[in-house]
Amino acid sequence: MSVDVAQVRKIAALARVAVSDEEAAAMTGELNNILGWVEQLEQVDTAGVEPLAAVIPNTLRLRDDVVTDGDKRDAVLANAPEAAHGFFAVPKVIE
Amino acid sequence: MTELTDLGVAAIRDGFRDGDFSAREVADAFNGAVAAAKALNAFIVETPEHALAAADAADQERAEGNVRPLSGVPLGIKDLFCTEGVQTTAASHILEGFVPQYESAVSERLFLAGAGMLGKLNMDQFAMGSSNETSHFGNVLSPWRRNDGGNAPLAPGGSSGGSSAAVAARIAPGATGTDTGGSIRQPAAFTGISGIKPTYGRCSRFGIVAFASSLDQAGPMARDVKDCAILLEAMSGFDPRDATSLDEAVPAWEDNLSPDLRGKTVGIPKEYRVDDMPAEIDRLWQKGIDFVRDAGAEVVEVSLPHTRYALPTYYIVAPAEASSNLARYDGVRYGLRDLPPGANLQDMYAQTRADGFGPEVKRRILIGTYVLSAGFYDAYYTQAQRVRALIVRDFTEAFGKVDLLLTPTAPSAAFALGEKSDDPLAMYLNDVFTVPSSLAGLPAMSVPGGLDAAGLPLGLQIIGRPLDEQSVLDAGLAIEQRAGFHARPGRWW
Repeated sequence: MSVDVAQVRKIAALARVAVSDEEAAAMTGELNNILGWVEQLEQVDTAGVEPLAAVIPNTLRLRDDVVTDGDKRDAVLANAPEAAHGFFAVPKVIE
Repeated sequence: MTELTDLGVAAIRDGFRDGDFSAREVADAFNGAVAAAKALNAFIVETPEHALAAADAADQERAEGNVRPLSGVPLGIKDLFCTEGVQTTAASHILEGFVPQYESAVSERLFLAGAGMLGKLNMDQFAMGSSNETSHFGNVLSPWRRNDGGNAPLAPGGSSGGSSAAVAARIAPGATGTDTGGSIRQPAAFTGISGIKPTYGRCSRFGIVAFASSLDQAGPMARDVKDCAILLEAMSGFDPRDATSLDEAVPAWEDNLSPDLRGKTVGIPKEYRVDDMPAEIDRLWQKGIDFVRDAGAEVVEVSLPHTRYALPTYYIVAPAEASSNLARYDGVRYGLRDLPPGANLQDMYAQTRADGFGPEVKRRILIGTYVLSAGFYDAYYTQAQRVRALIVRDFTEAFGKVDLLLTPTAPSAAFALGEKSDDPLAMYLNDVFTVPSSLAGLPAMSVPGGLDAAGLPLGLQIIGRPLDEQSVLDAGLAIEQRAGFHARPGRWW
């Protein structure tokens, strides 16, 4: 499988990364190099092998259903590029 | 008297306890060394005031008869660890100016143990790289130079290249690193120091900027094996804030350290004898085999048949996880926002991420997005996770016959800056020996084994069973004692 410029543009749009025409063209070659190389995994017979889920066996823990966090509004907003009235502020979403 | 900056972690800790010097003297010495080494570009932010405050607290406590495990020891902290009140960027533009409101679990543990912070260490951007050439804040230069009289700037390895350069240059006695596919071990090997990646889950990932969550592990980088054991003990331990943290007691690795390998079996994985392996690396490996045999170990050949598929597996799994983890950088909650005039929210996301991420980070985000996208997920991601299961199985079977594995850490000594940066695949191949154990979550360490013909350090890697850091450290010590590695870079910076 390989990608063309249109597909690279689509992937970039999915990833929310703006790309210029030049960048999209350059990335197409780079991505195809890498994809061509990882495709050797097709050669591996994985019939009956479960995909790995956890690398070191670990049990998921339960904890008491109580609030353990909160009251940190100002700390949460401290690094916001723009905050107003105790909220994150973004450009208008709905006209 | 030897200079204080010549001392490692154990020597500083013990000398401080014995009253040979004050913590302030140590902090002053290292702060001065850091300030005088700007040519290495090892630090993004220097925090002499943090090191001094910890030192003064240590001196005060010592006067009252109290010392903590790392009292008096200043450390460098990789810029991937969130540090409360101190800029943390993961060496990226998108996090430039980000000041965490909380402390990472690992740095918190180190500071509670009495350590101070010299500053935040430069690295490959978001830990993506093997040469420290992807940092937004410029390349880190290795303190080492070839003995050919040329002054070609060399890579300190990556991604923990600021950590390796700082420890090798003796401007920090020890440092934190993180390792996703070799980012502690390869830079340690390139700079003639030691570094250990513990079992996945030993060190909490809470507060570490996430790259590939199923692989990321923190670990120490220091001048010798004992210093690594001391630091790893302080960094490890269960943390409920990380869902993959292992609820296991932290062993007394330092106290139990022993170079006696009698009764141990060390496996030599035959698939690591890659094509076109430099003769020097082969000789180093043979030397390592002789060292562990001399320490009493039995040495046998083992097979890890899926080794050659480890790198391509890694370059599906890691970018997939990275594309998901890095989705959080959206210009809304922290970091860079790029809002062109008249732009809507979607434009803001795309422009912020275009400006904020470097080329290698974008490359991996796009690969990750592609292999996770509808129609391709099974062919790439699911297949990679199946092959990963086979790689884990290979190790499990090998560890049915042997206690440890011994390999070179990297297929070459440090290369020159710029030598591989135009070819992503050539760069990826430098991690051929470190990636398999990362995929299996195993403890693995690099220790210096000798110098190549150009006078540059070469590292040997020891891989152990899950949770058996002790055997890894013990074998590291056995090699260290026999390698007699005392070379250090001449000061040019």
